[in-house]
Amino acid sequence: MKLELRGITKRFGSLTANDHIDLTVLPGQIHALLGENGAGKTTLMNVLYGLLQPDEGEFILDGQPTAFHSPKDAINAGIGMVHQHFMLVPVFTVAENITLGVERTHALGLLDRRRTRRDVRELSERYGLHVDPDALVEDIPVGVQQRVEIVKALLREARVLILDEPTAVLTPGETEDLFRVMRELKAGGTSIIFISHKLREVQAIADTITVLRRGKVVGERPPTASDSELALLMVGRKVELRVTKAPAQPGDVVLDVAGLTVPTGDHLLTDHPAAVDDVSFQVRAGEILGIAGVQGNGQTELCEALMGLLPSVAGSVRLSGRDITSATPRDRLRAGVGYIPEDRQEDGLVTDFSVADNLILDVYDRPPFASGLSLNLDAIRSTAVKRVADFDIRTTSTSTPTGTLSGGNQQKVILAREIGRDVKLLVASQPTRGLDVGSIEFVHRRIVEQRDQGVAVVIVSSELDEIYALADRIAVMYEGRITGFRPPTTSAEELGLLMAGAGTGPDAGTQAGAASDSPGEPTEPV
Amino acid sequence: MSGPPGEGPVTPGPVTPGPDGPQSPGPGTPQDAGTPAIATSASGDAPPPASGGEETAQDGRQPFGRIILESIVEGNSAMVTTLAIVAAIVVGGLLIAFTDPVVLTAWSNFSANPGNAFAQAWDSAAGSYSAMFEGAIFNPHTIAAVFQQASLASALHDGYVSAVFNPLSETAVNATPLILAGLAVALAFRAGLFNIGATSQWIGGAMLATWLGFGVSLPPFIHCVVCVIGGFVGGAVIGWVVGVLKARTGAHEVIVTIMLNYVMEYLLSYLLGTSALGKPGSNDLISPNIAGSAVLPHIAGPSLRINAGFLVALAAAVGVWWLLSRSTLGFEFRTVGANPSAARAAGMSVERTWILVFLIAGGLAGLSGAAVVQGTDHFLTFQSYGTYGIDAITVALLGRARPLGTVLAALLYGGLYAGGVQMQAVTQTPASMTEVIQALIVLFVAAPAFVRALFRLRGAKAGGEGQTLAKGWSG
Repeated sequence: MKLELRGITKRFGSLTANDHIDLTVLPGQIHALLGENGAGKTTLMNVLYGLLQPDEGEFILDGQPTAFHSPKDAINAGIGMVHQHFMLVPVFTVAENITLGVERTHALGLLDRRRTRRDVRELSERYGLHVDPDALVEDIPVGVQQRVEIVKALLREARVLILDEPTAVLTPGETEDLFRVMRELKAGGTSIIFISHKLREVQAIADTITVLRRGKVVGERPPTASDSELALLMVGRKVELRVTKAPAQPGDVVLDVAGLTVPTGDHLLTDHPAAVDDVSFQVRAGEILGIAGVQGNGQTELCEALMGLLPSVAGSVRLSGRDITSATPRDRLRAGVGYIPEDRQEDGLVTDFSVADNLILDVYDRPPFASGLSLNLDAIRSTAVKRVADFDIRTTSTSTPTGTLSGGNQQKVILAREIGRDVKLLVASQPTRGLDVGSIEFVHRRIVEQRDQGVAVVIVSSELDEIYALADRIAVMYEGRITGFRPPTTSAEELGLLMAGAGTGPDAGTQAGAASDSPGEPTEPV
Repeated sequence: MSGPPGEGPVTPGPVTPGPDGPQSPGPGTPQDAGTPAIATSASGDAPPPASGGEETAQDGRQPFGRIILESIVEGNSAMVTTLAIVAAIVVGGLLIAFTDPVVLTAWSNFSANPGNAFAQAWDSAAGSYSAMFEGAIFNPHTIAAVFQQASLASALHDGYVSAVFNPLSETAVNATPLILAGLAVALAFRAGLFNIGATSQWIGGAMLATWLGFGVSLPPFIHCVVCVIGGFVGGAVIGWVVGVLKARTGAHEVIVTIMLNYVMEYLLSYLLGTSALGKPGSNDLISPNIAGSAVLPHIAGPSLRINAGFLVALAAAVGVWWLLSRSTLGFEFRTVGANPSAARAAGMSVERTWILVFLIAGGLAGLSGAAVVQGTDHFLTFQSYGTYGIDAITVALLGRARPLGTVLAALLYGGLYAGGVQMQAVTQTPASMTEVIQALIVLFVAAPAFVRALFRLRGAKAGGEGQTLAKGWSG
């Protein structure tokens, strides 16, 4: 099916999210939509999927102008969408989820389970999707859940499949699997619109790349286009894709974690007793330790335990020799730990509060911001003005609620707050998740700058690119354990293996058997 | 180990992104603006535009209570609240008219004389409301009476001048306990807590103030102050219990406060039946009168009931305003209320905040009890607490959990009570109609979407991102 978008325009108040967008998706083509967050990719796809109505423009399907007033219209026209956040019922089986809304029934309206299962199996085998119709969705890994979403769209006879940032939740291995599936679908004649902000992935899989910037199409390129050319189109200026940094000059040990063990919050839901299992590492002043791993392998809990937000049951944490294992979060912050939490809107910011208030969230009761019980509004305001300038926070004023800022600027507020204090140790969890290239560059430079000033830095990231860009040493976490320490020169393949639990590194011998515990299908080597 | 000097001037970052060329998202540009971060399932209809961030948006994870709280406290603009009051008064007027037998008779003869039917309905509603106005704000007849006197001096002496101010005095007297109890609820709201227990805290404060009022003897001014402080302490203790139970055991404050209301109501009855608090030689559940030295002084002459309690209430409102918007403690309260997990990550003790909030809120409700006992009643009965604790919730909601709003809402309620008495006396409209109007206001306030539709206001939430959150927190 040939899909054409002509002059699609979508406005939100004064903001034009999509500005006269023209796009043509040929049958059996993988068409990548590349752009920063806020470029209007998701808006465009929501318009296409009938979730939003365009203010101007039209869709042409195989030469026929068409309008979609709801997702139902779009589905009937053969458009399927896999959202960034899956729309699955966790306690239903794969087959039930797939047929939700288009249930196979007997004459009397009873569910025909046999036919449901058969249909799902047939469809998934045709494209090599390998999903077990009887597995419960909550039991299968994220990569497989994504395939369930794809099968769901295919069952509704999608001939144009929209994948919105599909690789954000996948391991490198799972990403390769997804690409294989995409190629099979393409061979079967399905068109795919692949939304991403990752240059490497787009180059690897797309037939055509359309770049969006600030709601406009700024160019169409073949996948052979260079990194720097695509980045230039995407950001509109020259960006350094890799932070240039001098070799680390490690000093004294700042953070010493020994045998740290943190129980999981929910013993009933997982069979794994400890979220963080006997983890030991040291970080020295002036070095960055990158903790790599697929999301959900204990990194979040490790960071929260380091900050005193989760209690540990064994092990110790020392900061410059001082035992802070049982110190409160406030004690740790005061002792010189900066913390950039993984979920900035949930843990990092009060989105209803102004930029100025968020900039003092953990120092509001200390001079110069407070004298006695009284807040010093002048000091708060003037510091905010200074930080906004220093950290290039794009906001209309310091009293603007942070919830209205873009993700990149929200992260800059947190960064400005945390490294605006005198810190010895910076713990940053997923510091650039969901940010645009420009903001990523900014955050990375600031973190390296801190390292160069002698701060010990722990970076947790599930993006290998980020780990490579920042880390002086890499630790890989899998199922709550560190499966190996590696230098930053290690290949992605080797790290991918460690991330999948197949570590046999020098200090990972005991975890060798852990791989067999991994649920569902084993992740294939890259 | 080194870094930029702490809170002092920060070393200007040498590395900033190149100033050349346009850069990533401009000022205030929302990310993929306005797009539903999470769309409905494939077969669903178009969802409402969800606000939220790009990857982290996980709407629907908020606890139910918080959603209610936000939609009432944050979702209503002052405009909507005002219009809700207007709508309630209009509907109230219709109810007044069409429960009046005269009006009903006129309408049964509608075909014979339609003009009369409308005129009767208008007269009934207008008459009731003007009586209410006269009872709550001012009565033109009293002005006329002043001018009929020989001189201003004699008018003053004979009480004609104070009669002019009597309606306002009554409104203020009725509003006083509502301001204080309303603040108790509003403060808790701002910290994300539901204080349904203003009743129990009111009783705690009233009992201690009463006991200090008749049980100890002190010089006049000091006695009065001691009793007021006693009222605060009595309420604070009850509030503290709630805070501690929530912080230590995780007990939900709604359950605890509701149950404590019963505990305190029955404790009050019991104590009034014993020699500890009861009036000796009386079979009624009533306390002795407090000493004259403990009575809050009148502030506008002996014939007007308005007393220093009203000043205490206004001072408390200013205090709560300062606490919430100018103090470090209030910053903590608001942070915990807006986002407890961010508060925790920023090193605040959420539990400590809960305890402190309930302590102060309890104290405010306790002051409300003291103000009633020391200001107007001078003794305590087993049902003195009336509906202050429940009205406090509606007053706080109507005042959008802001101190000034709470004062205004309490004055409105106080005026409705004062006017209701006059209305019943002058017209045949029952005073309980004021309660109907109060209930209607709450109904309209609780249904902002309905009020917006009624007055064709543009939805504050439907206009896309940005507007939703563009609301200050100060004050």
